[in-house]
Amino acid sequence: MHESSIATNIVDIASQHVRDAGGGRVAAVTLRVGRLSCVHEDALRYSFDLVREGTPLAGAILRIVTVPVSVWCPGCNAAFELPSIQRFACPVCSKPSADICAGRELDLESIELLAAADNCLEAADT
Amino acid sequence: MTQPRILEVRTKILKKNDETAREMRGRFEAAGVLVVNMVSSPGTGKTALLKETLRRLVARGIPVAAIVGDLETDNDARRLAESGAPVRQIMTHGLCHLEADMVQAHLDGWNLVGLHYLFIENVGNLVCPTSWDLGESVRLALLSVTEGEDKPLKYPGLFNTADIAAITKIDLAEACDFNRALARANIEAVRPGMRVIETSAKTSAGIDEWLDYLATRRTGHRACPDPP
Repeated sequence: MHESSIATNIVDIASQHVRDAGGGRVAAVTLRVGRLSCVHEDALRYSFDLVREGTPLAGAILRIVTVPVSVWCPGCNAAFELPSIQRFACPVCSKPSADICAGRELDLESIELLAAADNCLEAADT
Repeated sequence: MTQPRILEVRTKILKKNDETAREMRGRFEAAGVLVVNMVSSPGTGKTALLKETLRRLVARGIPVAAIVGDLETDNDARRLAESGAPVRQIMTHGLCHLEADMVQAHLDGWNLVGLHYLFIENVGNLVCPTSWDLGESVRLALLSVTEGEDKPLKYPGLFNTADIAAITKIDLAEACDFNRALARANIEAVRPGMRVIETSAKTSAGIDEWLDYLATRRTGHRACPDPP
Protein backbone atom coordinates (compact mmCIF):
# COMPACT_ATOMS: atom_id res chain seq x y z
CA MET A 1 0.00 0.00 0.00
CA HIS A 2 2.53 2.61 -1.10
CA GLU A 3 -0.51 4.54 -2.32
CA SER A 4 -0.96 5.96 1.20
CA SER A 5 2.48 7.62 0.93
CA ILE A 6 1.53 8.96 -2.49
CA ALA A 7 -1.79 10.28 -1.17
CA THR A 8 0.01 11.99 1.73
CA ASN A 9 2.37 13.70 -0.71
CA ILE A 10 -0.56 14.88 -2.87
CA VAL A 11 -2.34 16.37 0.14
CA ASP A 12 0.86 18.02 1.42
CA ILE A 13 1.70 19.61 -1.94
CA ALA A 14 -1.87 20.78 -2.58
CA SER A 15 -2.25 22.14 0.97
CA GLN A 16 0.93 24.18 0.50
CA HIS A 17 -0.47 25.66 -2.71
CA VAL A 18 -3.68 26.55 -0.88
CA ARG A 19 -1.66 28.35 1.82
CA ASP A 20 0.42 30.12 -0.82
CA ALA A 21 -2.80 31.24 -2.50
CA GLY A 22 -4.05 32.73 0.75
CA GLY A 23 -6.40 29.94 1.77
CA GLY A 24 -9.54 28.35 0.41
CA ARG A 25 -10.78 24.87 -0.28
CA VAL A 26 -9.79 22.42 -2.97
CA ALA A 27 -12.68 21.30 -5.19
CA ALA A 28 -10.60 18.85 -7.24
CA VAL A 29 -7.07 17.71 -7.98
CA THR A 30 -5.94 16.22 -11.27
CA LEU A 31 -3.11 13.69 -11.47
CA ARG A 32 -1.22 12.24 -14.40
CA VAL A 33 -0.31 8.64 -13.63
CA GLY A 34 1.81 6.61 -16.02
CA ARG A 35 1.07 2.93 -16.60
CA LEU A 36 4.58 2.12 -15.34
CA SER A 37 4.24 4.01 -12.08
CA CYS A 38 2.85 0.93 -10.26
CA VAL A 39 -0.03 2.89 -8.75
CA HIS A 40 -3.29 1.08 -8.14
CA GLU A 41 -6.08 3.57 -8.76
CA ASP A 42 -8.58 2.13 -6.27
CA ALA A 43 -5.93 1.93 -3.55
CA LEU A 44 -4.94 5.53 -4.24
CA ARG A 45 -8.56 6.73 -4.05
CA TYR A 46 -9.07 4.84 -0.81
CA SER A 47 -5.90 6.33 0.72
CA PHE A 48 -6.72 9.80 -0.55
CA ASP A 49 -10.14 9.68 1.13
CA LEU A 50 -8.46 8.89 4.46
CA VAL A 51 -5.55 11.32 4.22
CA ARG A 52 -7.52 14.39 3.07
CA GLU A 53 -9.71 14.53 6.21
CA GLY A 54 -9.17 17.73 8.17
CA THR A 55 -7.24 19.38 5.33
CA PRO A 56 -8.28 21.91 2.67
CA LEU A 57 -8.74 18.86 0.42
CA ALA A 58 -11.59 17.36 2.47
CA GLY A 59 -14.33 16.79 -0.10
CA ALA A 60 -12.00 17.26 -3.08
CA ILE A 61 -12.56 15.16 -6.19
CA LEU A 62 -9.56 13.10 -7.34
CA ARG A 63 -9.20 13.04 -11.13
CA ILE A 64 -6.70 10.54 -12.48
CA VAL A 65 -5.49 10.75 -16.07
CA THR A 66 -3.75 7.51 -17.01
CA VAL A 67 -0.77 7.94 -19.30
CA PRO A 68 0.04 5.02 -21.62
CA VAL A 69 3.62 3.91 -22.13
CA SER A 70 5.40 5.08 -25.26
CA VAL A 71 8.91 4.35 -26.42
CA TRP A 72 11.20 5.97 -28.94
CA CYS A 73 12.13 3.82 -31.90
CA PRO A 74 15.44 4.94 -33.41
CA GLY A 75 14.76 2.83 -36.52
CA CYS A 76 11.45 4.51 -37.28
CA ASN A 77 12.64 7.82 -35.82
CA ALA A 78 9.35 8.20 -33.97
CA ALA A 79 7.67 7.55 -30.63
CA PHE A 80 5.00 4.89 -30.38
CA GLU A 81 2.49 3.93 -27.73
CA LEU A 82 3.04 0.35 -26.56
CA PRO A 83 0.06 -1.96 -27.03
CA SER A 84 1.37 -4.04 -24.10
CA ILE A 85 3.78 -3.26 -21.27
CA GLN A 86 4.95 -6.87 -21.41
CA ARG A 87 6.95 -6.09 -24.51
CA PHE A 88 9.12 -3.01 -24.91
CA ALA A 89 9.49 -3.01 -28.65
CA CYS A 90 8.44 -0.79 -31.51
CA PRO A 91 4.90 -1.83 -32.52
CA VAL A 92 5.74 -0.99 -36.15
CA CYS A 93 9.16 -2.55 -36.80
CA SER A 94 9.40 -4.79 -33.66
CA LYS A 95 12.85 -3.45 -32.75
CA PRO A 96 13.32 -3.57 -28.93
CA SER A 97 13.48 -0.19 -27.25
CA ALA A 98 14.26 0.75 -23.67
CA ASP A 99 13.97 4.46 -24.47
CA ILE A 100 10.80 5.43 -22.62
CA CYS A 101 9.12 8.69 -23.65
CA ALA A 102 6.05 8.47 -21.42
CA GLY A 103 4.45 6.16 -18.88
CA ARG A 104 6.42 6.81 -15.68
CA GLU A 105 4.51 9.96 -14.71
CA LEU A 106 3.36 10.45 -11.16
CA ASP A 107 2.45 14.11 -11.36
CA LEU A 108 0.08 16.51 -9.70
CA GLU A 109 -1.15 18.45 -12.71
CA SER A 110 -3.64 20.96 -11.35
CA ILE A 111 -5.68 22.02 -8.38
CA GLU A 112 -9.15 23.55 -8.55
CA LEU A 113 -9.27 26.06 -5.76
CA LEU A 114 -12.39 27.64 -4.29
CA ALA A 115 -11.96 30.91 -2.42
CA ALA A 116 -12.29 30.81 1.38
CA ALA A 117 -15.68 32.54 1.16
CA ASP A 118 -16.99 29.57 -0.82
CA ASN A 119 -15.90 27.15 1.84
CA CYS A 120 -19.22 25.67 2.92
CA LEU A 121 -17.63 23.42 5.52
CA GLU A 122 -15.89 26.29 7.26
CA ALA A 123 -19.04 28.41 7.01
CA ALA A 124 -21.05 25.71 8.72
CA ASP A 125 -18.50 25.54 11.55
CA THR A 126 -18.71 29.22 12.38
CA MET B 1 -20.57 30.27 -5.53
CA THR B 2 -17.74 31.46 -7.76
CA GLN B 3 -15.97 29.29 -10.32
CA PRO B 4 -12.92 27.47 -8.95
CA ARG B 5 -9.51 28.89 -9.81
CA ILE B 6 -7.36 26.38 -11.65
CA LEU B 7 -3.79 26.24 -10.36
CA GLU B 8 -1.57 24.55 -12.95
CA VAL B 9 0.81 22.92 -10.50
CA ARG B 10 2.63 20.36 -12.70
CA THR B 11 4.65 18.95 -9.81
CA LYS B 12 6.04 15.50 -9.28
CA ILE B 13 4.04 13.94 -6.46
CA LEU B 14 7.20 12.41 -5.00
CA LYS B 15 9.13 15.67 -5.38
CA LYS B 16 10.13 15.73 -1.70
CA ASN B 17 11.56 12.20 -1.94
CA ASP B 18 13.28 13.02 -5.25
CA GLU B 19 14.94 16.09 -3.73
CA THR B 20 16.24 14.12 -0.75
CA ALA B 21 17.46 11.38 -3.11
CA ARG B 22 19.21 13.91 -5.34
CA GLU B 23 20.95 15.46 -2.35
CA MET B 24 22.10 12.03 -1.16
CA ARG B 25 23.25 11.05 -4.66
CA GLY B 26 25.45 14.16 -4.64
CA ARG B 27 26.90 13.14 -1.27
CA PHE B 28 27.50 9.57 -2.45
CA GLU B 29 29.22 10.69 -5.64
CA ALA B 30 31.40 13.20 -3.81
CA ALA B 31 32.41 10.49 -1.33
CA GLY B 32 33.11 7.97 -4.12
CA VAL B 33 30.69 5.38 -2.77
CA LEU B 34 28.62 3.32 -5.20
CA VAL B 35 25.13 2.79 -3.82
CA VAL B 36 23.11 -0.27 -4.82
CA ASN B 37 19.37 -0.59 -4.18
CA MET B 38 18.34 -4.26 -4.11
CA VAL B 39 14.70 -4.95 -4.90
CA SER B 40 12.76 -8.21 -5.12
CA SER B 41 9.82 -10.16 -3.73
CA PRO B 42 10.13 -11.50 -0.19
CA GLY B 43 12.12 -14.74 -0.17
CA THR B 44 14.07 -14.19 -3.40
CA GLY B 45 17.34 -14.24 -1.53
CA LYS B 46 18.35 -10.58 -1.29
CA THR B 47 19.86 -11.09 2.15
CA ALA B 48 21.71 -14.27 1.14
CA LEU B 49 23.21 -12.63 -1.98
CA LEU B 50 24.08 -9.51 -0.01
CA LYS B 51 25.68 -11.47 2.82
CA GLU B 52 27.89 -13.34 0.35
CA THR B 53 28.70 -10.07 -1.45
CA LEU B 54 29.67 -8.38 1.83
CA ARG B 55 31.66 -11.38 3.00
CA ARG B 56 33.69 -11.47 -0.21
CA LEU B 57 34.31 -7.71 -0.27
CA VAL B 58 35.31 -7.64 3.43
CA ALA B 59 37.73 -10.53 2.75
CA ARG B 60 39.37 -8.44 0.03
CA GLY B 61 39.72 -5.55 2.48
CA ILE B 62 37.22 -3.40 0.59
CA PRO B 63 35.26 -0.99 2.81
CA VAL B 64 31.53 -1.73 2.48
CA ALA B 65 28.37 -1.09 4.47
CA ALA B 66 24.73 -2.04 4.23
CA ILE B 67 21.33 -0.77 5.23
CA VAL B 68 18.48 -3.25 5.30
CA GLY B 69 14.78 -2.51 5.36
CA ASP B 70 12.14 -4.80 6.82
CA LEU B 71 8.64 -4.34 8.16
CA GLU B 72 9.65 -5.82 11.50
CA THR B 73 12.67 -7.49 13.20
CA ASP B 74 16.39 -6.81 12.88
CA ASN B 75 17.06 -10.44 11.91
CA ASP B 76 18.47 -9.50 8.51
CA ALA B 77 20.84 -6.90 9.94
CA ARG B 78 22.15 -9.52 12.36
CA ARG B 79 22.58 -12.05 9.54
CA LEU B 80 24.41 -9.50 7.40
CA ALA B 81 26.62 -8.28 10.25
CA GLU B 82 28.14 -11.78 10.39
CA SER B 83 30.04 -10.71 7.26
CA GLY B 84 32.01 -8.22 9.35
CA ALA B 85 30.61 -5.20 7.50
CA PRO B 86 28.79 -2.41 9.35
CA VAL B 87 25.03 -2.90 8.91
CA ARG B 88 22.04 -0.87 9.95
CA GLN B 89 18.43 -2.00 10.07
CA ILE B 90 15.48 0.16 9.08
CA MET B 91 12.24 -1.14 10.55
CA THR B 92 9.40 0.35 8.56
CA HIS B 93 6.61 -0.95 10.85
CA GLY B 94 4.21 -1.76 8.07
CA LEU B 95 5.46 0.53 5.30
CA CYS B 96 6.01 -1.62 2.22
CA HIS B 97 9.06 0.19 0.79
CA LEU B 98 11.98 2.40 1.78
CA GLU B 99 11.88 6.14 1.20
CA ALA B 100 14.85 8.47 0.76
CA ASP B 101 14.47 10.22 4.12
CA MET B 102 14.58 6.86 5.97
CA VAL B 103 17.90 6.04 4.33
CA GLN B 104 19.18 9.55 5.00
CA ALA B 105 18.33 9.25 8.71
CA HIS B 106 20.28 5.98 8.89
CA LEU B 107 23.44 7.48 7.39
CA ASP B 108 24.04 9.60 10.50
CA GLY B 109 27.48 9.06 11.96
CA TRP B 110 28.75 7.00 9.02
CA ASN B 111 31.77 8.39 7.25
CA LEU B 112 30.93 7.83 3.60
CA VAL B 113 34.35 8.96 2.43
CA GLY B 114 36.52 5.90 2.03
CA LEU B 115 33.54 3.59 1.66
CA HIS B 116 33.53 1.79 -1.70
CA TYR B 117 30.02 0.38 -1.66
CA LEU B 118 26.81 0.93 0.25
CA PHE B 119 24.10 -1.66 -0.30
CA ILE B 120 20.48 -0.88 0.49
CA GLU B 121 18.33 -3.96 0.79
CA ASN B 122 14.79 -2.77 0.20
CA VAL B 123 11.68 -4.22 1.83
CA GLY B 124 10.67 -7.42 0.04
CA ASN B 125 8.14 -6.16 -2.49
CA LEU B 126 8.11 -6.05 -6.29
CA VAL B 127 5.67 -3.17 -6.65
CA CYS B 128 5.94 -0.46 -4.03
CA PRO B 129 9.69 0.34 -4.06
CA THR B 130 9.56 1.13 -7.81
CA SER B 131 8.78 4.85 -7.58
CA TRP B 132 11.06 5.73 -4.66
CA ASP B 133 14.51 6.92 -5.64
CA LEU B 134 16.92 6.26 -2.76
CA GLY B 135 19.84 8.09 -4.34
CA GLU B 136 21.24 4.84 -5.68
CA SER B 137 23.42 4.53 -8.77
CA VAL B 138 22.54 0.90 -9.37
CA ARG B 139 19.14 -0.70 -8.97
CA LEU B 140 19.36 -4.47 -8.84
CA ALA B 141 16.17 -6.46 -9.48
CA LEU B 142 16.31 -10.03 -8.23
CA LEU B 143 14.25 -12.98 -9.34
CA SER B 144 14.68 -16.48 -7.90
CA VAL B 145 14.25 -19.68 -9.88
CA THR B 146 11.46 -20.74 -7.50
CA GLU B 147 9.31 -17.73 -8.50
CA GLY B 148 8.75 -18.69 -12.12
CA GLU B 149 10.05 -17.33 -15.40
CA ASP B 150 7.18 -14.91 -16.00
CA LYS B 151 7.75 -12.69 -12.96
CA PRO B 152 9.24 -9.90 -15.12
CA LEU B 153 6.08 -9.87 -17.27
CA LYS B 154 3.91 -9.68 -14.16
CA TYR B 155 5.94 -6.84 -12.67
CA PRO B 156 7.24 -4.88 -15.66
CA GLY B 157 7.23 -1.60 -13.71
CA LEU B 158 9.95 -2.74 -11.34
CA PHE B 159 12.09 -4.63 -13.85
CA ASN B 160 11.86 -1.69 -16.22
CA THR B 161 13.49 0.68 -13.71
CA ALA B 162 16.35 -1.72 -12.89
CA ASP B 163 19.94 -1.39 -14.12
CA ILE B 164 20.79 -5.06 -13.73
CA ALA B 165 18.91 -8.25 -12.89
CA ALA B 166 20.05 -11.26 -10.89
CA ILE B 167 18.45 -14.68 -11.21
CA THR B 168 19.08 -16.13 -7.74
CA LYS B 169 19.15 -19.68 -6.36
CA ILE B 170 20.40 -20.87 -9.74
CA ASP B 171 21.63 -24.06 -8.00
CA LEU B 172 17.94 -25.00 -7.71
CA ALA B 173 17.16 -24.36 -11.39
CA GLU B 174 16.97 -28.00 -12.40
CA ALA B 175 14.93 -29.06 -9.39
CA CYS B 176 12.41 -26.32 -10.23
CA ASP B 177 12.33 -27.05 -13.98
CA PHE B 178 13.38 -23.46 -14.40
CA ASN B 179 13.66 -22.36 -18.02
CA ARG B 180 16.63 -19.96 -18.04
CA ALA B 181 16.22 -18.92 -21.66
CA LEU B 182 12.57 -18.05 -21.12
CA ALA B 183 13.33 -16.05 -17.96
CA ARG B 184 16.04 -14.13 -19.80
CA ALA B 185 13.72 -13.52 -22.76
CA ASN B 186 11.05 -12.16 -20.40
CA ILE B 187 13.51 -9.80 -18.72
CA GLU B 188 14.70 -8.69 -22.16
CA ALA B 189 11.08 -8.07 -23.23
CA VAL B 190 10.40 -5.59 -20.42
CA ARG B 191 13.90 -4.09 -20.21
CA PRO B 192 15.73 -4.50 -23.52
CA GLY B 193 19.49 -4.64 -23.20
CA MET B 194 19.65 -5.11 -19.42
CA ARG B 195 22.42 -7.35 -18.16
CA VAL B 196 21.33 -10.50 -16.32
CA ILE B 197 23.55 -12.43 -13.91
CA GLU B 198 22.72 -15.92 -12.65
CA THR B 199 23.76 -16.30 -9.02
CA SER B 200 23.78 -18.72 -6.15
CA ALA B 201 24.75 -17.53 -2.69
CA LYS B 202 25.08 -21.19 -1.76
CA THR B 203 27.52 -22.33 -4.47
CA SER B 204 28.98 -18.85 -5.18
CA ALA B 205 27.97 -19.17 -8.84
CA GLY B 206 27.93 -15.78 -10.53
CA ILE B 207 29.27 -13.92 -7.48
CA ASP B 208 32.58 -13.05 -9.19
CA GLU B 209 30.67 -11.74 -12.20
CA TRP B 210 28.51 -9.62 -9.87
CA LEU B 211 31.57 -8.25 -8.05
CA ASP B 212 33.24 -7.46 -11.37
CA TYR B 213 30.12 -5.60 -12.49
CA LEU B 214 30.16 -3.55 -9.26
CA ALA B 215 33.85 -2.72 -9.64
CA THR B 216 33.30 -1.56 -13.22
CA ARG B 217 30.34 0.55 -12.24
CA ARG B 218 32.28 2.11 -9.38
CA THR B 219 35.21 2.99 -11.64
CA GLY B 220 32.89 4.77 -14.03
CA HIS B 221 31.03 6.46 -11.21
CA ARG B 222 33.78 8.09 -9.20
CA ALA B 223 34.66 11.72 -9.69
CA CYS B 224 38.31 10.98 -8.90
CA PRO B 225 40.27 7.73 -8.48
CA ASP B 226 41.32 6.22 -5.17
CA PRO B 227 44.59 7.57 -3.79
CA PRO B 228 47.50 5.13 -4.32
